Amino acid sequence: MSTKSLGDIALDGLWRNNPALVQVLGLCPLLAVTGTVVNALGLGLATLFVLTASNSAVSLIRHYVPATVRLPAFVMIIASLVTCAELLMQAFAYELYEILGIFVPLIVTNCSILGRADAFASKNPVPHAALDGFMMGLGFLIVLLLLGAMRELVGQGTLFSGMELMFGETARQWTLHVFRDYPNVLFAILPPGAFIGLGLIMALKNIIDDRIRRAQVTQPVATPTDPGESRRVRVTQA
Amino acid sequence: MPLVRISSPHLTGRNRTQTVMLTVILATFPGILAQIWFFGWGNMIQIALACVTALAAEAAILKLRKRPVGFYLNDGSALLTAVLLGIALPPLSPWWLPVVGAIFAIVFAKQLYGGLGQNLFNPAMAAYALLLVSFPVYMTTRWAAPVTAGGDLPGFGETLRIILGSQPVPDAFTMATPLDTYKHEISASTAAAVRAQPMFGSWIAAGWEWVNLGFLTGGLWLLWRRIITWHIPAGFLAGLSLMSAAFGWDADSYTPLSLHLLSGATMLGAFFIATDPATAATSRMGKLVFGLGIGITLYIIRTWGGYPDAVAFSVLLFNFAAPLIDYYTQPRAYGHASAPRGLKKGNTHG
Repeated sequence: MSTKSLGDIALDGLWRNNPALVQVLGLCPLLAVTGTVVNALGLGLATLFVLTASNSAVSLIRHYVPATVRLPAFVMIIASLVTCAELLMQAFAYELYEILGIFVPLIVTNCSILGRADAFASKNPVPHAALDGFMMGLGFLIVLLLLGAMRELVGQGTLFSGMELMFGETARQWTLHVFRDYPNVLFAILPPGAFIGLGLIMALKNIIDDRIRRAQVTQPVATPTDPGESRRVRVTQA
Repeated sequence: MPLVRISSPHLTGRNRTQTVMLTVILATFPGILAQIWFFGWGNMIQIALACVTALAAEAAILKLRKRPVGFYLNDGSALLTAVLLGIALPPLSPWWLPVVGAIFAIVFAKQLYGGLGQNLFNPAMAAYALLLVSFPVYMTTRWAAPVTAGGDLPGFGETLRIILGSQPVPDAFTMATPLDTYKHEISASTAAAVRAQPMFGSWIAAGWEWVNLGFLTGGLWLLWRRIITWHIPAGFLAGLSLMSAAFGWDADSYTPLSLHLLSGATMLGAFFIATDPATAATSRMGKLVFGLGIGITLYIIRTWGGYPDAVAFSVLLFNFAAPLIDYYTQPRAYGHASAPRGLKKGNTHG
């Protein structure tokens, strides 16, 4: 397999093959914890950490693990890293850890992590794999943040509430009360609001892609795309 | 000369979408008039707000989707959705409730699914469910007290000021709904004691019975005009009545059938909401099952669920089930054996 350029890897993770918007993986945490920005940030950072580290580790051992037992080995690595993330969160952001609850250990089952490990990290050198993990994690984090901001804004009319859970007492003043006397829209905070929000973000991405494609068509020098680039990873959703 | 180039159907009905929608809107008038008579101008204002918002939202989305705006606005479907939503909302709701509801109904429940005829869920009821889930306080405390129950009806100007929020809601103008009251008080009381409250009036439930009879009248007119068939309303009311006969025959412990039938949104639901052709089952048998299911679910939620009325939830649940009902109730086509379905024995696929 030819190695992708680093720029391509970054663009894939952030946009073209974004785990949340294009691969639609990891929906369970994506939909469950994005009620507020701080929840989204907490889980997004934990996922980013695990994804980067697991991609690096999987890439390191890629020549020594027989193909038949690779999945258990990958899951073992991911589970150990999630345990690290969990302990770190307990140490430094215990209240947030309490709020996120089961979804921190459940990062193990986030299919985008196993998906990247199997589809990319196990076939590429360490720097590429690490960058891929970081960029995929970042893409996931950005979507989480966007969704969290949307739902928090519509749901309770605030932004960045509860940031003190992560950044200490000084962050308590960061809360923006966008609307005064706002009647809480429970719907946005409940799961259906998350589905609708994610659908809207996907639609927005499709619109932008469409615009870009049309702009490219009008230019005569269109760069031929490598068929390998459009490869989508299909992994059964957990 | 090409004589038979045109494919069937060769006979078409006179009913165009616009005719159907306007007839249904017209049929809601007796019920709306009763609402205005007994509960004041509230619902009229809610309907107006919902209509303006729905038409604006429909036009905006059609423009975005590059569809002919005038053509689709003229069909009256957005208007009907808005009217049904306005009827269902508590009369003294703040102005943004019908606005948010109408936008959700048109943009999310209707146009995002592909517009007229493509929606999976009844738009008005999807919006109602959204509002009830999101704003339970406003959706339960803004019911007007009926005039015959000693309620003091606010005039048009005062109602408008309450809805626009420039005047607080006086307690004298609002009242819990009879279904809600009966459900919560009957466990610690007797039927006679509960019914002695003015909100139940002298017959079934002050004001509500006439509103429901109004919608029943309109519904029967729709039947007579053949806009709807009898299957869904009959199934709906039969389901509710059968459940009530089986479980709720004791008025000292359960809401009696008369209150089930003639208060809340029963008649509106049976004749106007559940009969929406886009979201209901299609065959006659299917429609009966569809209506029956809604009636049974309605009774279950009203009696054992957390909500006093549940037309929206029951209808939405069976909107989900409509494709499945259609699958199992597909009528035999003339000249063919009935389609093999499910686990029925003896069917071979040849």
